[in-house]
Amino acid sequence: MQPQSNSTAMQTQQPQNVQNANARTAPALLPPVDIFEDAAGITLLADLPGVAREDLAIGVDGRNLTIEAPLKLGEANSLTPVYAEVRANHFRRSFELSGDLDTAKIDAGLRDGVLTLRIPKAEQAKPRRIDVRVE
Amino acid sequence: MLFPSMLRTSGDWFADFEQLQDRIDELLSGRSMTSSIRAVGRAGAFPALNVGTSAEALEVYAFAPGIDPKSIDVSVEKGVLAISGERAAANGAAQGTKSDEPNVYASERFVGKFRRVIALPEDAEPARVEATYRNGVLKIVVPKRESSKPRQIQISSGS
Repeated sequence: MQPQSNSTAMQTQQPQNVQNANARTAPALLPPVDIFEDAAGITLLADLPGVAREDLAIGVDGRNLTIEAPLKLGEANSLTPVYAEVRANHFRRSFELSGDLDTAKIDAGLRDGVLTLRIPKAEQAKPRRIDVRVE
Repeated sequence: MLFPSMLRTSGDWFADFEQLQDRIDELLSGRSMTSSIRAVGRAGAFPALNVGTSAEALEVYAFAPGIDPKSIDVSVEKGVLAISGERAAANGAAQGTKSDEPNVYASERFVGKFRRVIALPEDAEPARVEATYRNGVLKIVVPKRESSKPRQIQISSGS
C-alpha cells in the first residue's frame, strides 16, 4: 500500500495552470482520492462533500483528466463564521492519464459527496496470455 | 568549508528563526497561546467541521461524504455536541471484474471510526437540535434560546 510507488498508469499532479479568474483569487481544495487498478481498468474515488451532481465538471483534455466542482452548503443566510476547517468553496484536481486508458469510455457517478470514476483500459492494453510455441 | 562561517552569527539568529517558525505554525494550525478549554481544534481530523452562527441558531457543517446517514450518531450531552460514526473502506476488489487484488495507487480518503465534539454555547437549546445529510455534508442546527435572541426594545414616550 504505497501511494507514491511508481504509478505508471496514473500520476497525480497538482493543478498547474489556472484557467479561470475565479480560481485565481481563491485557492482550490484538493479532494482526497483513492485510486486502484484491476485488469479491466482504473477506479478513482474522490471525496467531494457539498457538491451537487449538476455542478460537477469532469473534463478530459488529451491525457489530462480534471475534476472541478463548487462546494455549496445550501442557503446563504446571514451566518457569521465561528470556526472553519474548510476555507475554500471550490474543488479542483487533475490527473495525467496514460495512453493505455480509454478516455472515451469514462463512467462517473456521484453519491453522498463521493465521486466514483471508472476508466476502462483500451482493448489492446488489457492483459492477455501469450502462447509459447514449442520448437 | 563554506557553511560553518554562516552558522556563527553574533546574535541568537536561530532562536529568532525558530520563534518565527513557531509563529507560522501557530497561525497555520489555528492554535494560539490562549484557547477555549473545549476548543474544536484538531484541524485535519475527519470529518472537517465548519461552524457558523446567526441570530436564531448555531449551525455546524460536518464534511462527511460517503456515509450512510443512518449510521451517523449525533448526540448532545451536557452541552457538548458529538458526531460519531464509521466510514468503510472502499472495496477495490468488489468493483473489478476479477476477484484478484487490485493495485493501489492512492489511498488518501479517511477510513475507520470517527468522533468529533463541539462544546455548545450557553444559549444553545439542545432539545431542538436538527440534523440533515445532503451531498455528503451533515448540517446540524442548534437553535438559540428565545431569551438570548436579539430583540427590539420599544421606547415609550414619557408623557
